[in-house]
Amino acid sequence: MSESSLVPTLEVVENGEPTVFRIHGRHVGDGIYQGAITFFAVCIPLLVALIAVEIAIAGWPTFRHFGLSFLTSSDWDPVKKRFGAAPAIYGTLVSSAIALLLATPLALGVSVFLSEFAPHWLRQPVGFLVDLLAAIPSVVYGLWGIFVLLPLLRDPVMPFLRDTLGLGNTPFFSGPAYGPSMLAAGIILAIMVLPYIASVSREVLLAVPRAQREAAMALGATRWEAIWRAVLPYAKSGIIGGVILGLGRALGETMAVTMLIGNRQEISASLFAPGYTMASLIANEFSEASSDAHLSALMAVGFTLFVITIVVNAIARWLVWRVSRSASGQAA
Amino acid sequence: MAGMARESQRQRAGGMTAATVQRPSARQRAVSERTRRGLGRRRAVNAAMLGLLALAAVIAVLPLIFILTYLLVRGAGSLDLNFFTHMPEPVGEAGGGMANAIAGTMIIIVIAAAFGLPIGVGAGIYLAEHRGTWLANTVRFLSDVLNGLPSIVMGIFAWQFLVRPVGHFSALSGGVALGVMMIPMIARTTEEMVRVVPVSLREAALALGYARWRTGLTIVLRTASAGIVTGALVALARVAGETAPLLFTAFGNQFWSTSITQPIAALPLQIFSYAISPYDDWHRLAWAGALVLIALILVISIVARVATRARFNTGSGD
Amino acid sequence: MATESRPTPAISAARPRLVSESLDAWFGERHAVRDVSLTVIEGSVLAIIGPSGCGKSTFLRCLNRMHETVPTARVSGRVLLDGRDIYARGVNAIAVRKHVGMVFQRPTPFPTMSIRDNVAAGLRAVGAHLSRRETDEIVEGALRRTALWDEVKDRLHASALALSGGQQQRLCIARALATSPRVLLLDEPTASLDPASTQSVEQLIRELRGDVTIVIVTHNMQQAARISDRTAFFLLGELVEVAPTETLFTTPADDRTEAYITGRFG
Repeated sequence: MSESSLVPTLEVVENGEPTVFRIHGRHVGDGIYQGAITFFAVCIPLLVALIAVEIAIAGWPTFRHFGLSFLTSSDWDPVKKRFGAAPAIYGTLVSSAIALLLATPLALGVSVFLSEFAPHWLRQPVGFLVDLLAAIPSVVYGLWGIFVLLPLLRDPVMPFLRDTLGLGNTPFFSGPAYGPSMLAAGIILAIMVLPYIASVSREVLLAVPRAQREAAMALGATRWEAIWRAVLPYAKSGIIGGVILGLGRALGETMAVTMLIGNRQEISASLFAPGYTMASLIANEFSEASSDAHLSALMAVGFTLFVITIVVNAIARWLVWRVSRSASGQAA
Repeated sequence: MAGMARESQRQRAGGMTAATVQRPSARQRAVSERTRRGLGRRRAVNAAMLGLLALAAVIAVLPLIFILTYLLVRGAGSLDLNFFTHMPEPVGEAGGGMANAIAGTMIIIVIAAAFGLPIGVGAGIYLAEHRGTWLANTVRFLSDVLNGLPSIVMGIFAWQFLVRPVGHFSALSGGVALGVMMIPMIARTTEEMVRVVPVSLREAALALGYARWRTGLTIVLRTASAGIVTGALVALARVAGETAPLLFTAFGNQFWSTSITQPIAALPLQIFSYAISPYDDWHRLAWAGALVLIALILVISIVARVATRARFNTGSGD
Repeated sequence: MATESRPTPAISAARPRLVSESLDAWFGERHAVRDVSLTVIEGSVLAIIGPSGCGKSTFLRCLNRMHETVPTARVSGRVLLDGRDIYARGVNAIAVRKHVGMVFQRPTPFPTMSIRDNVAAGLRAVGAHLSRRETDEIVEGALRRTALWDEVKDRLHASALALSGGQQQRLCIARALATSPRVLLLDEPTASLDPASTQSVEQLIRELRGDVTIVIVTHNMQQAARISDRTAFFLLGELVEVAPTETLFTTPADDRTEAYITGRFG
């Protein structure tokens, strides 16, 4: 054929033999390719290790010097070089708890509504709007919080809770209504983690086999009964996984919280009082930290936060993974 | 199933008394127990719960509308051409802008993409091609860990690793911090997109005498490229608004700078420092900056959506 | 029979192009191909038939070293391409595949490439440094041989996915032919096509006969009878019988072959 003459590299003339074709030879390309993608893949574990090691080393002097009291003491005084992160740890846990308390029922409500009740034309747009909440940068939440949420809390929300509802008698809603407070941080965090919890729960609910709810409906259960008795129990651990994933987000949120929590090293039972979180403590003091001891203490706070979020996320992933595995096992 | 459906129809037809037609199972007993307590009440509970769920949906969407409305009203009111062309002015002087911050954000996210894209895509290809191996499982797990790390942790890491040894803040360190955050997101989408490329395409390329690397790059990666671009843009949109990792890396800069080894301004940083300032002029600029930042993120997301649509169009043929 | 319409000089010359000698293939522990020795004559069409799972596709994939791309796959024995063992030490599987074209059950046009680039895809892989004009010439030649040229010449730069299933399969054959392979392997090339497209692909194979050495795996006995010079019957991984197609279908030597072609099993 005429084509073959156009492909000269395929045919090699050797020792006067008409055509000897080349099948020998080594290809180095594959080795380089495999090497490159393996290298990139290994970068991820290396990065995680590097982050852990860098921060741990930087925080080590603090851990060594203060030991366990670093986590339990509430004496944080950079001037006297005394560092106890208890208020920040307390604030992180409390603000995240408020966030989950507010966001979980809402997120669950949205996802059940969208996956079970809402007419089809409504599902996509509402789901999209909820997802959009996750796209708003933390600093924009903070900006909105400062100029809209705080004034609202100062008047009328906080006085209403304290005086009108009489909750001021409890230690949780007492004290002056400044605005910047644990409550403000908790509310903004609730808005921020809502899309994460909602999207995981929606996925988990959609993974519940049809037969599960149809069986209940066929027995005469109303739709709500089918959801409450058949669907939600089935999806339970996945939903808990989603909530814990939201917790992971809330624990590490920085900017919005820094802008709204008031930044005070104090443990107060009242949600109206200002507080601190680990992330906002770092954000606030890091650039002003002049002594090595102060820097090391902030690094130690960072390392504590790092460990807590890894543990929380690992639990969440495990729970979600367990549901998706059992769901796919049922489908097979 | 059909029998059960008929059975339940009969129950409904017979009202509350027909619940014990057959030997009831545990679940049937439970349901018929409820049946006896009154269909009307149960229907009311059903309607009430439906109402509550719809209310939850409304409340969940409300903050978004609230925030976007404020952004539009306050932001658009403060936005003018100066904002894009001028530098920040000292307090009290009107007409300042954020030209340097806009340029800075662009530079930082380009650095982030340049750092995060190769590692993310490469790792994603590895994960797709080596499924089930212990290394792949380890990488996937740690990729999730990386994805869950608080951004402030990424910030102090980048400071410790790239700022402290050099002795000064830099655009580069900020870009790297954001790039590290992009890696797990890009790796995940790449893995998913590469996995859906049919094995038959790979085989066809190999049978043509393509080496594995050529198959991987020119056939598999190109087929998956639209999806990967989408994923990369979504990741870019996510990190474009990050502030915490930039606080001690890019640091911010009141002046025009495009050097990647020098401190550089960024929109989120500027919004932050203006928002917590006591000056009304700066507050207005912060709103304008937030609107521009959201618009930037929205544009990136829309481009990502268009890229997805293009993929589906070629994918479905004619 | 097709042999009447066109004399087959290749058989009289009887030059072996592809020879397998005591070929065995495994998937993990499963012994999929057992001790197969088979010769393919230059320019002829060899059909391989047999019930599904008989190892015919696996055997075919051993002929261009595609079998080994599956994890846990293993091969032993020799395959001689023009007298040279493609499984010998130092032989590169990728280089081998450049000389042995292959077309699969489902059409596999590359979705990101135009029709022209699909046909030229193999040329780039073999490292032929061709000018644009030379490439265009080869593409046209390959498309003409597969009777696609008139159908696609006006849209060479359109996506290959816009073609019908039968056109896509002929495009894949054109892609395999563009590099002038020594052997063309077809793995049930019409299994996913409608009758009209099947006919066009069969017609194409008949036209390539004499020029191109073809090994075709098919589960369709009538197809084997229509297009091949010789037919091999596989059962449970073994080669039961290979003979001129007419002989195999009229007077099979083995009882199992007769049982299969008369429809008593499989």
